[in-house]
Amino acid sequence: MTSLVFYFQVHQPYRLRRYSFFDIGAHENYFDDAENARIVRRVAEKCYLPMNALLLEQVERHQGRFRCAFSVSGTAITQMESYAPEALESFRRLARTGCVEFLGETSHHSLAFLGDGDEFDAQVQDQAARVERVFGLKPTTFRNTELVVSNDVARHAERLGFSAILGEGADHLLGWRSPHRVYRPEGCERLKILLRSYKLSDDIAFRFSNRGWSEWPLTSERFAEWVDGLPAEDSIVGLFMDYETFGEHQWRETGIFDFMAHLPGALLRQGRVRFQTPREVVQAQDAIARLDIPYPVSWADAERDLTAWLGNQMQRAAHDALYGILPQVRQAAQAGRPELLERWRRLSTSDHVYYMCTKWFADGDVHKYFSPYASPHDAFITFMNVLDDLARRAAAAIQSSAPAAPCAEPSASAPSVTPSGAKSAPAAAAGPATSQAAAARRSAP
Amino acid sequence: MLGWEFPPHISGGLGTACYGLTQGLAHCGVEVLFVVPRAHGDEDTRFVKVLGANQVPVRGLQAERQLAGSLDPGVLPEFQWALGEPRRSAARSLALCAAPAEDLGTAPPLSPQDQRLVTLLREIVIDSALLPYQDEACYSERLRRLEAAGLPGARGLLDRAGAGPGSTEEVVQNLASVLRDAPRLEQVAREVERFAESLDQGRTLHFSGSYGADLLDEVARFALAVGEAARRESFDVIHAHDWMTYPAGMVAARVSNKPLVVHMHACEYDRSGEHVNPRIRDLEQLGLDAAERVICVSHYTARMLRTRYHIDRSKLRVVHNAVTHKEQAAVVHAEKTIPEPIVLFLGRVTFQKGPDYFLEAAARVVKLEPHVKFVISGSGDMLPRMIERAARLGLARHVHFTGFLRGSEVERMYALADIYVMPSVSEPFGISPLEAMALDVPVIVSRQSGVSEVLTNALKVDFWDVQEMANKILALLRYPALREQLSSEGRQEVRRLRWDERARAVNLVYKEVLR
Repeated sequence: MTSLVFYFQVHQPYRLRRYSFFDIGAHENYFDDAENARIVRRVAEKCYLPMNALLLEQVERHQGRFRCAFSVSGTAITQMESYAPEALESFRRLARTGCVEFLGETSHHSLAFLGDGDEFDAQVQDQAARVERVFGLKPTTFRNTELVVSNDVARHAERLGFSAILGEGADHLLGWRSPHRVYRPEGCERLKILLRSYKLSDDIAFRFSNRGWSEWPLTSERFAEWVDGLPAEDSIVGLFMDYETFGEHQWRETGIFDFMAHLPGALLRQGRVRFQTPREVVQAQDAIARLDIPYPVSWADAERDLTAWLGNQMQRAAHDALYGILPQVRQAAQAGRPELLERWRRLSTSDHVYYMCTKWFADGDVHKYFSPYASPHDAFITFMNVLDDLARRAAAAIQSSAPAAPCAEPSASAPSVTPSGAKSAPAAAAGPATSQAAAARRSAP
Repeated sequence: MLGWEFPPHISGGLGTACYGLTQGLAHCGVEVLFVVPRAHGDEDTRFVKVLGANQVPVRGLQAERQLAGSLDPGVLPEFQWALGEPRRSAARSLALCAAPAEDLGTAPPLSPQDQRLVTLLREIVIDSALLPYQDEACYSERLRRLEAAGLPGARGLLDRAGAGPGSTEEVVQNLASVLRDAPRLEQVAREVERFAESLDQGRTLHFSGSYGADLLDEVARFALAVGEAARRESFDVIHAHDWMTYPAGMVAARVSNKPLVVHMHACEYDRSGEHVNPRIRDLEQLGLDAAERVICVSHYTARMLRTRYHIDRSKLRVVHNAVTHKEQAAVVHAEKTIPEPIVLFLGRVTFQKGPDYFLEAAARVVKLEPHVKFVISGSGDMLPRMIERAARLGLARHVHFTGFLRGSEVERMYALADIYVMPSVSEPFGISPLEAMALDVPVIVSRQSGVSEVLTNALKVDFWDVQEMANKILALLRYPALREQLSSEGRQEVRRLRWDERARAVNLVYKEVLR
């Protein structure tokens, strides 16, 4: 029998509002609540609610023989709590069937693993607690943001108590080996890795509605035949994809819902596969070999690397600046402003640097990916302005909590997000920073 | 091709575009007969060193020999002064562009590729006082200047002695008067018809040797001279650039019975906002209506032609401008003499270019970053007002006016700048940001521009949103990663904008009208 693992990623970032240089020090409403509410409600209506209903029906119809896994980011959970509670309730309903596993990840869908180990641990534990509270079961399988995995990530996950991790079945990682086996990442004792079968996954997630594709239109029977035709030794097929594939990326009109409504039946009729969740797979199967993942691998683009998030100078500068102010933000949180740390975490969501990606400029395909910004540069400017404000508020909070030194040298403690000055002009910046730090202090509660 | 010359002129890309497009068409194998107005003996030394016949460099002379067979000055004795002498060869423009004027004497021999271009490009010069972007006042001023300089071809006002029934003078006047007086397509067509018939009857025009008394006289005179030339030359398509050549294009189309394509680089609403010169606007309408296809330099311009001139979408084709890549671009390295970062505005200081929005943004920037210099380079009718306004906004210490910059000064200014801003109110295309990007300067461009349609590595703002403009200037000043990203990627992007590709698109338009 081959184990077929469906895992769906559910995520929503807290998008930023237009925040200009003139807003720094003036107000701290970073997030576009109206836009976030609008998008979460739209996605709930077009994807989460109908698809959850469909999957629940499959679980019931096949009496538990259809099973799947979800990872719902913390920022998606909290936004559903605020804007679409009925959608969150429908996920809970799936959880109660006992046939659906909820995975662990970083609470804020962040790249914390690359930025700060302690923060990574904190976000993972935070998310584990949230999943247990919301869905009733402590997660035992880990998936890192954007499926970024390496030996280090895997070891870290093992230390945090997970027994399985998900990863990308990238060709350059596997070489001649099959993604359809269970492996153990190098350096791990117990943890097993389940890999995404990218060809079969992308047939559904990307190619399904492509009329130029030789297999269009894809039927559930045809897909089941492909799975049936896999080598007999293939013990697992990982179909990992964004949940928004259903109803958002592939519209209802493409027939994607009908396809998914018939797929479990078609696969089960063959008798070749059984549906399992990652937890069940690693309980049932041993790792057949070790897998060395020296460099981070992700599920993004053709490169399967980190270049969609940290590929250009703006992205690296923003990432560095974000983690550069983390110590102050933590200090400020201890000094009585914990909401600053929560805001920082919302900024750590990987989407913010993803919006700064310029990779597809070369092809002129600027609008390939959805972004709330007119350009990657606008994304960078907004993000950096917000970060600047947050840094100033953190500094102000630390200072106002230190009774011994009441505002003696304000400019010294106001950290600047980046070094200032242009081609050969070191002079700028210091002046306004002082006055704005003072302004920030005044407006701080 | 009814086009314009290419001076390395600080304000305006019309000649540059004609030059680049012509080169690109030659690369596509299209033979181009380039017809250009130029005042006889008018060395407009404000902009460029124009070489006299005795100064034509080696490269030009080589090309001349090839052209000798194709243009025989003996054919048209009465017209000789009006049609181009062989020295006015396309190769001369080539040479002018490949190297700065002062280096011409030592220019290397033509490459095989350039040799091929020379065989595909021919230039006819029509003696005329027309210049791009002229209005009536500019034209009168130019006539006065030519006269004051005592130049042989500039005897000033039209020589009325030659007037009389059936004279060239009368034909010119008749066309000029319909052009002047809210021209309708039928009326102009009737005049053109009359002219063509007289040519068919073997009549020859005798120009008096002086320029039109006013701009529209001159436009009519140019049109008829082009018609005369069109009768003697063979070609398949007529391609006219901007309104001053539209009547000439119509005449040539009638005389030759070939299709007319007009190219819109800037329309009257771009130049003047709501306060248009109705005569110029009407002449634009005339050419747009008469043409079988209209090439627009941007979607922005195409929208303008749909809404303001009611031109049907099916006639409009968008072909963006590109950049003329110098073979061996001199590496401009300017030593910074002041420590403050420089934010640059460079262009005509006119309503269209939005210098006032630049100042408003500057005022907002210096409140947060006092150590910044803003530079306005260029001249124009708004310059005095801008100087006063800068003073009123308390920017006297922050804003510097350089006045009009020539040739190498322009590049030096770009190289000194840390940020280039093009805040145009209405910019059909706008080539200057590309020049800045080629020199690694990050740019902010107005969304009301054609160039913003083709650029990805530029920051974009609505010209009226001065707060956002200031925000972006501040972001560039404060975040080095943004500057580096834009300058390194921007340089690459500009390199990809090539005239050869644009010419292919233009060639497709030719094929459409020839079907």
